[in-house]
Amino acid sequence: MLSTGNYILQQTINALSLGSVYALVAIGLAMVFGILQLINFAHGDLMMLSCYVFFFLAAAGVPFVAALLLAVLAGALMGVVMERVAYRRLRGRASVSMLLSSLAVSIILQNLVILVESPQARSFPAPDYLSTPLRLGVLTTSTIDVITVAAAVALLIGLTLLVTRTRVGIAMRAAADDLMAANLVGINLNSVIVFAFAVGSALAAVAGFLWATRVGKFDPMMGFLPVLKAFVAAVIGGFGSLPGAVLGGYVLGFLEIFLIGFLPPGLSTFRDALVFFILIVVLLIRPNGILGSTEGEKV
Amino acid sequence: MTVDPKKWRRPLALLALAGLVFLAQNYAGAYYVRVLIIVAINAVLVVALNLSNGFTGVFSLGHVGFMAMGAYISSILTLPVAMKATNLNLPHWLAGVQLGFLPATLIAAVITVIVAVIIGWPLMRLSGHYVTVATLGFLVIVRVVLINADSYTRGARTFSGVPPYTNLWWAVGWLVLTIYAANRLIRSPYGRAMIAVREDPLGAQSVGVSILGSRQWAFGTSAFFTAIGGALYAHFLSSFSPAAFYFSMTFNLIIMLVVGGMGSITGSVLGAAGITLISEFFRNLERGGVVLGVRIPPLYGMSQIVMAVLFMIIIVYRPIGIMGQKELSWSDVSRWLSARLRPPAAGTADTGRPVGRGVSGD
Repeated sequence: MLSTGNYILQQTINALSLGSVYALVAIGLAMVFGILQLINFAHGDLMMLSCYVFFFLAAAGVPFVAALLLAVLAGALMGVVMERVAYRRLRGRASVSMLLSSLAVSIILQNLVILVESPQARSFPAPDYLSTPLRLGVLTTSTIDVITVAAAVALLIGLTLLVTRTRVGIAMRAAADDLMAANLVGINLNSVIVFAFAVGSALAAVAGFLWATRVGKFDPMMGFLPVLKAFVAAVIGGFGSLPGAVLGGYVLGFLEIFLIGFLPPGLSTFRDALVFFILIVVLLIRPNGILGSTEGEKV
Repeated sequence: MTVDPKKWRRPLALLALAGLVFLAQNYAGAYYVRVLIIVAINAVLVVALNLSNGFTGVFSLGHVGFMAMGAYISSILTLPVAMKATNLNLPHWLAGVQLGFLPATLIAAVITVIVAVIIGWPLMRLSGHYVTVATLGFLVIVRVVLINADSYTRGARTFSGVPPYTNLWWAVGWLVLTIYAANRLIRSPYGRAMIAVREDPLGAQSVGVSILGSRQWAFGTSAFFTAIGGALYAHFLSSFSPAAFYFSMTFNLIIMLVVGGMGSITGSVLGAAGITLISEFFRNLERGGVVLGVRIPPLYGMSQIVMAVLFMIIIVYRPIGIMGQKELSWSDVSRWLSARLRPPAAGTADTGRPVGRGVSGD
């Protein structure tokens, strides 16, 4: 039995790991939302598709690292294709039409996988060394938790450099700030949007891999709940803000883990309900999130 | 003719509808009656959804949560006492209760409205995308509660033994009432306020329209009829599980709404009928078998894909749906009839498309 201090430390590791996955998914949502005001429901399905790509590559005998890289690449590519097919021609229409389109994309992708593959969950072929228990003093964790946190931190640093130091990254932030003005000063919106989709989708693919390794299995519907929670994370942090999305991801990870840890066992099964309850509370007291701008979105 | 046709057209139309229901109930095959019932239930749900998503501009993805509440609450009330004892673990005061279909449906709808008003109080202040995500959150909350409230709902397992009360009469009866109520609401000052809020929240507010108030009216009324749709659906299926009230149901209703036209009651009914029939056709196809002499293997997931692709085509090429914000009105009917019945007068343009009074006055 762990002492209270160690218990909290143990839960902190779990929370950091879960928060990292949420943060990676939330960034992709926030990037696209920042520019297009689109809540991309199909974002979670990119997580799912990348898992399937990884699964088939691994089954075909492709070495682990190559399979993972290819799956991430495929995720990015699918994100770009999705933008081209489903969102580009709806740009400038009522914002609800892109939302509807993303719902349709989500349904199409899920059912395509059901049709071609199977609706059943499969066990995820991650290498065993990723899910071995790891003892750190009195604490027990799993290698995947450590790798998740490390991968998220590395990717977030990389992303920060990308959006602050490169031309396309700066252009993307300009577009998110003011689409029209960005266009007026000669920023090529198409390439910026493609960039946002590619980067966001690649991060979603990584998150999908980490998520499936954590859970041990994957199925055609696996993207639904993580992406909903990433929305909540993005809203908590301030929708459209990249640092906000990351912060929101970790805040949500902590809230979720500690609510389960400290609530009576009878209530811990309600954790998904609690997450959305928190969302509603946050929206009420701070509708623009922790780091959000102060645009009038509240009536 | 000395009678004022305006006075008689409503009762006559109702009588004609009753006649059609009678004919269908007695002479149509059991399968077709079932399809018609599904059409009517879906139409109730979509008209209700339209009050919120179409007329008020609060794009909710959580209405299936209200539907689930209507289904479960009414079913707990109508389930025979003996079934309650074996299947559920209800508190004493509820275990001996067994109500008829109508009181059970109404109680379920009223409880749902109370919940809708309570959650609407925070949610209806949000706008745009936030309300969409928050209502979807409500759907997840309802699902989690249904799965965990084991002694009331059997959790994720199938809730069965609900008396199959829903027939074509009930379904069409409630549909007529839903359309009537929605129509009255939209033409009332409250409805005008809803539309004003949708078109220009700031402008509406500046002339004294309460945004929260008008949205709450729409949301509450919408929840009421959505719960009734849920009760009808539950007593139609007679056994169901929380999985029936989740994302794919939400998506199906949204397709019907958008294809019909957000902001048109006529459109909602047409959308519900059209999409139900098409998806029923493809559902039959996806089971496989021989169609037109061609052997088709089972293709599960096919119908959803076809629906979603159709939906995307509509969004891209006809985003306002079949009806846009127009309604089919009596004057359209009489104009259409007179164009058909009388010898064509020179210059009478028959566009073939109903031209109604735009609800938003555009």
